Amino acid sequence: MDHSEARLADMPEEFEGDYPIRVRGLVNRFDDHVIHEGLDLDVKRGEIIGVVGGSGTGKSVLMRSIIGLQIPAEGSIEVLGRSITDARDDEDIDIRSQWGILFQGGALFSTLTVAENVEVPLREFYPEISEELRHEIARYKVLLSGLPANATSKYPAELSGGMKKRAGLARALALDPELLFLDEPTAGLDPIGAAAFDNLIRGLQETLGLTVFLITHDLDTLYEICDRVAVLADRKVIAVGTIPELLALDHPWIQEYFNGPRGRAAKDAQDREAASVVQATQDAATSPMEQE
Amino acid sequence: MRSAAREALVAPSIFPHEAGSMRALADFTIEPAQGGDGGVLRFSGPMVVSSLGLVDRRLRAVNEAISEIDVRDVERMDTVGAWIVWRLSQQLDAKIVNCRDEADRLIKAISETDENRENIRAPRLPLIQRVPDEVGKLVIAIAVGFLQVVGFLGQAISAMGTIVRHPRRFRGLALVHQMELVGVNALGIVGLMSFLVGVVIAQQGAVQLQQFGAEIYTINLVGRLTLRELGILMTAIMVAGRSGSAFSAQLGTMKLTEEVDAMRTIGVSPTEALVLPRILATMIMLPLLGLYSSVLGIIGGAFLGSVSLGIPFLTFLSRIQEVVPIHDVWVGLVKGPVFGLIVALAGCYQGMQVKTNAEEVGTRTTSAVVLAIFTVIVLDAFFAVFFTKIGWG
Repeated sequence: MDHSEARLADMPEEFEGDYPIRVRGLVNRFDDHVIHEGLDLDVKRGEIIGVVGGSGTGKSVLMRSIIGLQIPAEGSIEVLGRSITDARDDEDIDIRSQWGILFQGGALFSTLTVAENVEVPLREFYPEISEELRHEIARYKVLLSGLPANATSKYPAELSGGMKKRAGLARALALDPELLFLDEPTAGLDPIGAAAFDNLIRGLQETLGLTVFLITHDLDTLYEICDRVAVLADRKVIAVGTIPELLALDHPWIQEYFNGPRGRAAKDAQDREAASVVQATQDAATSPMEQE
Repeated sequence: MRSAAREALVAPSIFPHEAGSMRALADFTIEPAQGGDGGVLRFSGPMVVSSLGLVDRRLRAVNEAISEIDVRDVERMDTVGAWIVWRLSQQLDAKIVNCRDEADRLIKAISETDENRENIRAPRLPLIQRVPDEVGKLVIAIAVGFLQVVGFLGQAISAMGTIVRHPRRFRGLALVHQMELVGVNALGIVGLMSFLVGVVIAQQGAVQLQQFGAEIYTINLVGRLTLRELGILMTAIMVAGRSGSAFSAQLGTMKLTEEVDAMRTIGVSPTEALVLPRILATMIMLPLLGLYSSVLGIIGGAFLGSVSLGIPFLTFLSRIQEVVPIHDVWVGLVKGPVFGLIVALAGCYQGMQVKTNAEEVGTRTTSAVVLAIFTVIVLDAFFAVFFTKIGWG
């Protein structure tokens, strides 16, 4: 065997707690401009949490703080039981193999093909994996993220916006992470593509048991796939809960957000879908009787 | 496409992430065949991406007849584990047994992706075809590139014509801003460089001329050389490195971020708004910088003369007036706008050609600078012959 086992890097043990992400008293400011002030957030294991808020309320800054790209002024952040805020440099954050991140524009490496993009994290963390297996893994990840097989050998410049997002998702999933961060995954997709992407995320989350942190403006996404929604306003998370729970609150922004014309349309769409499911099950239940 | 950015990401890491205590690894045992059935391959340990790298190499070597793959003792499974189990079951034509629900779901999800096994590598020709292929492409690219540069120059000239007819569309502010960037901000470095080159020419010239007892001709040497050739040539090279590269990188990045396209849709011509101010600014500033450079070169020579040749500073300067014919100044000044045009044109042209990725911005910028400097030097040789022929020797 050409790879001695001593070369294998130490892996952080599997996370057992209930809250893979815990944010306490987060303060972020750029010069005098305060983005977050005393922000708290807990993300439960195995849920899809949607983060909403008006433009400029710091949704992306919150995500960047959690993944260690933005050093907050104050507060503590724990991800999978490790403190991100106490990490002195990048090397201290040793849980990178357990999260996957989809940036807004995909952020694919432009000089590599889609398959090679997916292979980058595999090479970086698991050099002992043979080239053959690495290619196989890249191939099925790309297909799993809903791209056709011939997309694997394409360069990012040759892909459409929606395909870039899928390729970005494939790279985010490369290491079978426990945590998935998605920054506006459906923004810029057509409604059919967006719905398919929602289904894909839900499907992957159920199959792989992921915890998903999802920033979105897409009300359909919120209704369709999010277990809970966190609302960012006034520099804090003002509420976290299911959409019915949020609707029961008397906050003007939340009311306007979910009861505006778009919010109602999304809700109606979901109601219709639920009704048709009920109808279908009723049909299924009654039809054998009629036959008799 | 081979490139540095690419190699940095796909090359094997020389220092993989720090080795530490052992992590749990997957393993397997093979129970030999009994009776008519094949053997049983039994997995144990976690079957996840971090534990499978080594075991996969051994699995590929398995060639016994296997009829069942037992995953009862597997603690954890992720998609990589599911993939390996699935691949093995297909390859050995074996059944997967004792599979828990979640593992079963994963294997099912993976099996759905396994319908067509196309090659995921970008297709690559064999070497014997690739070399002539690349050479042919290069030759065509050079020819096409030449035509495109001429076309680009034509675009700039026709944009100039439009501006002359509609002077209100002229972007004066952009021009002044570029003149500041190209000219004023370069004063320090061009001045320092010219002064030092003047010192070196005077010192080296004096050493050689001393052998004939003709040190006094150091003044002629410094005066004529800097005004005719060196001042403008070195300035053009410096401006190509400072501003030509900046043009290319700026415009290239703007192309990538679709700013140029946005401009076009708003009805602003990128040639008028971006290219023309840069070309004009460089054409205006380069002769001025060249003259300034010559003056600083002469001052450098005079400085050395007064320090080590015993020629007083002011005498050196007044001798310059006597020994340097006025057409030497014109020679330098005439070349300025031409070199400026070449430097700015190369930078803007290469920048506007960027299409695909960040890497291209880098290679385009490099070729803008190389092309500009090369063309400037070739043209300078032509100018030298030309001016001598017309009697400005």
